[in-house]
Amino acid sequence: MGLKENLHNISEKVKGTKLQTTFGAIHTLFYTPKETTHSGGHIRAVDDLKRTMTMVVLPLVPLLIFGMFNAGFQYNSAVNGFTENLSFFSTDFWNFDNFWIGFLKVMPLVLVSYVVGLGIEIVFATINNHEVEEGYFVTGMLVPLIVPIDTPLWMLTVAVIFGVIIGKEIFGGTGMNILNPALTIRAFLFFAYPTWMSGDKVWVTGAVERVNEIAAGANLDAISGETILGGLAQGKQLIYSTWDMFYGFIPGSVGETSTLLILLGGLYLLYTKVASWRIMLSSVIGVLVMGLIFNGVVNAGWITESSKFYSLMSTEFWHHLLIGGLAFGIVFMATDPVTGSQTNKGKWYYGFFIGFISVMIRVFNPAYPEGVMLAILLMNVFAPTIDHYVVQGNVKRRLKRLKAKTV
Amino acid sequence: MSQDIRIKKGLDIKLKGKAEKITENALSSSVITLKPEDFHSIIPKLSVKVGEKLKAGEPVFYNKANEEMKFPSPVSGEVKDIIRGAKRKILAIQIQADAKQQYVDFGATDLKSMKADEVKSHLLASGCWPFITQRPYDVIADPSKTPKGIFISAYASAPLAADYDYVLAGKEKELQAAVTALSKLTSGKVHVSVGKSANSPLSGLGDITLHKVSGPHPSGNVGTLIAKIDPINKGEVVWTITPQDLVIMGELLLTGKFNAERIIALAGSAVATPKYYKTIIGASIKSIVEGKFSNDNARIISGNVLTGRAETLKGSLDFYSNIVTVIPEGDDYELFGWLKPEFNKISPSRALTFSWLSSKKEYDLNTNTNGEHRAFVVTGNYEEVFPLDIFPLQILKSCMYKDLDEMEKMGMYEVAPEDFALTEFICVSKQPHQQIIREGLDLMLKEIG
Repeated sequence: MGLKENLHNISEKVKGTKLQTTFGAIHTLFYTPKETTHSGGHIRAVDDLKRTMTMVVLPLVPLLIFGMFNAGFQYNSAVNGFTENLSFFSTDFWNFDNFWIGFLKVMPLVLVSYVVGLGIEIVFATINNHEVEEGYFVTGMLVPLIVPIDTPLWMLTVAVIFGVIIGKEIFGGTGMNILNPALTIRAFLFFAYPTWMSGDKVWVTGAVERVNEIAAGANLDAISGETILGGLAQGKQLIYSTWDMFYGFIPGSVGETSTLLILLGGLYLLYTKVASWRIMLSSVIGVLVMGLIFNGVVNAGWITESSKFYSLMSTEFWHHLLIGGLAFGIVFMATDPVTGSQTNKGKWYYGFFIGFISVMIRVFNPAYPEGVMLAILLMNVFAPTIDHYVVQGNVKRRLKRLKAKTV
Repeated sequence: MSQDIRIKKGLDIKLKGKAEKITENALSSSVITLKPEDFHSIIPKLSVKVGEKLKAGEPVFYNKANEEMKFPSPVSGEVKDIIRGAKRKILAIQIQADAKQQYVDFGATDLKSMKADEVKSHLLASGCWPFITQRPYDVIADPSKTPKGIFISAYASAPLAADYDYVLAGKEKELQAAVTALSKLTSGKVHVSVGKSANSPLSGLGDITLHKVSGPHPSGNVGTLIAKIDPINKGEVVWTITPQDLVIMGELLLTGKFNAERIIALAGSAVATPKYYKTIIGASIKSIVEGKFSNDNARIISGNVLTGRAETLKGSLDFYSNIVTVIPEGDDYELFGWLKPEFNKISPSRALTFSWLSSKKEYDLNTNTNGEHRAFVVTGNYEEVFPLDIFPLQILKSCMYKDLDEMEKMGMYEVAPEDFALTEFICVSKQPHQQIIREGLDLMLKEIG
């Protein structure tokens, strides 16, 4: 008897019991079910939700690995000094020392995210007696990529529990939620534990620990590493070159830094047709438009260098795509089909405002340098409204047709 | 005035086992079956008893709601059995066919002088009425209403569909008689669509408005034709009829005989030598397919793979279909079927799937669902294969939460389940779109009427 028969026999055995859901999730991971069509058409296309979700997870894997290297690189840079203008393939970055420091820090985040999140999913699926849906497959991967490297695991646990239950399950699970679950988790962390989510001590591993040691009297240099946005918000000069930003050799949340890999991942999502090109394109347009407006304000001389908005406003309009989590948010978060706008026309508005509002929040509210999270959550809330008006357009066209007839 | 229709949104599903253009006589089916379920929403009242003798064309049952609407026996013979289900619901009426067929003579008609009322009562009395279906609701036409147009699609774009140009060749006279009669029943026109490059026997007909269509499926669906020519508004009715049924109607008008013979395609990858067969409405599936396919584990479908009905060897050809498709069942597990690169199945995406590489390749698809049922997640993909000016995801959802007002606003009067066959095919969440729409239409029919 092979694996197939064994698994089939177990599935027959657990049918109707509480274990059915859990076992079904494992079983379908190995084998697509032997279910055949029983209503409507007799054939189906090959794509199912597992395949679709996998396509989103695939481009996240390089980002995760890059994030591990970068975590070690940032630590070593903070201790030993930052090397500018590295080439993308430099061994100063891609070495085992960097990887190992990052691996030990990032892997626990991944494990906590998946174990806690999937655990809750399975519990809810068992209670509601349906299959475990694949939504958390992606969310679980996104979460470790969008948090600071030293996020305590208990905090992450609390946030994941909050995000999955309040953000998703109470609405009915995958496909029913209003807010992007991964961002709900991040937003919870952001507002519940603000000191762990911004400032200059959380982006480089070991920094907070070092502060505590110094406070206890140890004779050490403090480690700090600000994100570019954090620095700009305080009007500091950048030490990073444009290429550093593009490659991702900068401090930030684990997976958000490498614009290059995000770009490649985005292109892959577009190639597979899994993500909406309308949302991605219109978001980028939104960013550029807002960026140009701010640049214009600076160029027109309406604002002086003494203004606290000056350094972010004068940032080259296209640099916004390179710094912070904006690129990551546009490619992997804004394109979530469940929480985004569901009509093709609506997607243009939805994406545009995400880009537009992200940059606006960035510039005007230095306390929330990461505007993209709030912008996407805000637009998640507005997506049904946008769709409503798009659909009403269709309804009105239908009514007009009728009126034209009766006149 | 002819209006050309070019469809861009859609998907041609190319399957192996297209019928070769050779027609043979199917084995004669000794038992003919008539199933009331072919006629959606009709409650049948029997006009015959077991053991009674019938001529071809004689009513077997009639519509409880409208006694004038009669359902004819396709053959002459003896009522062999009436099969009933729960609550004595009539499931099927079996008729043992005579060796020599006798027909009721309804009388040849003089079409030119006939008035609309006369055409109507003639079609009702002779049992040809059930061939005419109506939208809204996709049910048999209500004879008391006057449609704003009658729509006939003579372009078959569904997978493996029987080629109308081939099966209707030489039937111009019957087709002409039928459309002339129908043209008297509408306040508008009779719209006929044919393939752009096709040499259709319908393109030369009088009393019609001809449209040439091109593009991928569902370009041949009558729903697409209606949407592009004259979409249905609230309160309006259109009628539809398939070309092969026009032939039966035409012959009745010309000769007075209800001749239920029809040429059907036997197609599908499980069929050894797919070709055309001459058979009769209600013929047993066994007489059509027996010995003609090798795979024991196959699904026999009366109709095409997107909209047909699953049958067994004991089943029968349904009232409206002109194709029997046989494809392999897919009741087996597939290792990492959700992950591995897929070259031999159709996919609308490129998620490690490669059907986009070649648009000409023919596939051997089975009945596996390729995944489990899920909530709606993916958006924007239905629109790629849905040419109507309707939001497919939103209308499906409105049917699911049964908001009649919203269903109406979204365009439920314009659609039939078959319009959602392609969105169902590509649905990542494996939702039963056609069933959702059918139930939605039934609800509206019941509540609004």
